[in-house]
Amino acid sequence: MIITSPTDERTVRSLRTGQTVYVSGSLITGRDKVHMRALSSEKVPKVLYNSTLFHCGPIMKKEKNKWAVVAAGPTTSARLNDLEAEMIRRFGIKVIIGKGGMSSDVLEAMKENGCVYLAAIGGAAVSLAECVTETKGVEWEDLGMAEAMWLFSTERFGPLVVAMDANGNSIYDDVNSKVNETLKRYQF
Amino acid sequence: MRSFSETATDRIVFLLNAHVPIMIKIPKQIDDIVCDLLRLANTRLPTDVGWALEAAAAWETNDIAYSQLGGIMDNAKKAEYKGIPMCQDTGIPVFYVSGKFNSSIEKGIRDGLRKATETIPLRPNTVHPITRKNDGHNLGDGMPMIHYRPSDDDFTEITVIPKGAGAENMTKLGMLDPADGTDGIKRFVVNAVLQAGGRPCPPTVVGVGIGGTSEKCVEMAKEALLERLDSVNGNDDERRMEEELFLILNESGLGPMGLGGNATVLRVHIRTAYCHTASLPVAVNLSCWAARRATVRIHNDGTAEFKQ
Ligand code: SF4
Repeated sequence: MIITSPTDERTVRSLRTGQTVYVSGSLITGRDKVHMRALSSEKVPKVLYNSTLFHCGPIMKKEKNKWAVVAAGPTTSARLNDLEAEMIRRFGIKVIIGKGGMSSDVLEAMKENGCVYLAAIGGAAVSLAECVTETKGVEWEDLGMAEAMWLFSTERFGPLVVAMDANGNSIYDDVNSKVNETLKRYQF
Repeated sequence: MRSFSETATDRIVFLLNAHVPIMIKIPKQIDDIVCDLLRLANTRLPTDVGWALEAAAAWETNDIAYSQLGGIMDNAKKAEYKGIPMCQDTGIPVFYVSGKFNSSIEKGIRDGLRKATETIPLRPNTVHPITRKNDGHNLGDGMPMIHYRPSDDDFTEITVIPKGAGAENMTKLGMLDPADGTDGIKRFVVNAVLQAGGRPCPPTVVGVGIGGTSEKCVEMAKEALLERLDSVNGNDDERRMEEELFLILNESGLGPMGLGGNATVLRVHIRTAYCHTASLPVAVNLSCWAARRATVRIHNDGTAEFKQ
């Protein structure tokens, strides 16, 4: 299934954990510093509202005065656990793309506001960069290559697994309880 | 189409695939050799890691997990083919220098890293710990990390492992009590890997240090990651513990990227050292599936021999 980005709440709420999807359209990157600055600034770039937010610090290269993506895989989302719920509430973020999953606070905010978490393959930076058709620009470039907010156009960006949906389900919770069950079998 | 730029590394990668030893007889500066070494490590997954991923896919029964492993291998092949880093987090490079060398080698490594950051390119990851200022070249006080192991050989060997933060941030050191025993060690390792969840991009390679002093213990855990995945631990007790941990972890159900499945770890490597009678230090250092590493041996005549 292909999701066109920016997307709407109805599409987001229709997604279920375990589904594999691709994203076509606009995507912005944001990790630690973008989150920190967005939450402490009066004014933020318009693109942040209702966005598809990719937890990523890409490798970029300037070719003929235009930025191009070299490699762009997901970064660990859990680092943003404390900030993401507020980001979702304040800016209406609809889709988060990352790796490793996020906390129950974030899951709660996703359910309240209609937001979905898609897991990209960690480290699949070359394959994912190939799905970026254009770098449309960059905001907050002073944060540095890895931390700036890059604006990408994408075509069939993925594969992405719906890992936390807008109905309060999380693959990570399921896996966690399975892991704990297995561990109980080992007495050490 | 592959753009065949005539860099030495292109030829190295090409030749490594043909399974022949690589000897390049171009007198080169250390910085150029280090730059080639970093390019090789970042763009080409070592063969044994590729095999381990293939094997993991073969026993994988979970659909999502299977497609994650497929995506990983696909990505590794594309990176090698295109000659670009397989992951955007090109990490913090950790260097090990052994054999014969003098103090000028540090400058060679720093210059090589600067060059590699600009030309490959690598992501500038190195920042000041408090101000978070980034000089853009992956250099700074105390960085890159270089370990020196002088010996009487008449060649110099430089090994690099690029350590991404996803995996490195999951490092654990435990100063256990001797009474915790082997069960305590196993519990500590299993918890460290499973609590990390999907963050270090599993399937991971697990480096375990047991004994030594605190810093020695962490160092051993990381050094264990230099080992090939198909190597066999010569110590029976350690080998048995490696195998046992491997089975438990792969039965846990955590799976690739923590999304569930069988393939949680590719290998467990244990290294040990004697320790204080009142201590039992245990350290875990993880490598993501992108278990990157490369070594170059520089002979007296300037010949550079690359291997992974
Ligand atoms: S943990 Fe490894 S594969 Fe995953 S993003 Fe970091 S460097 Fe890349």
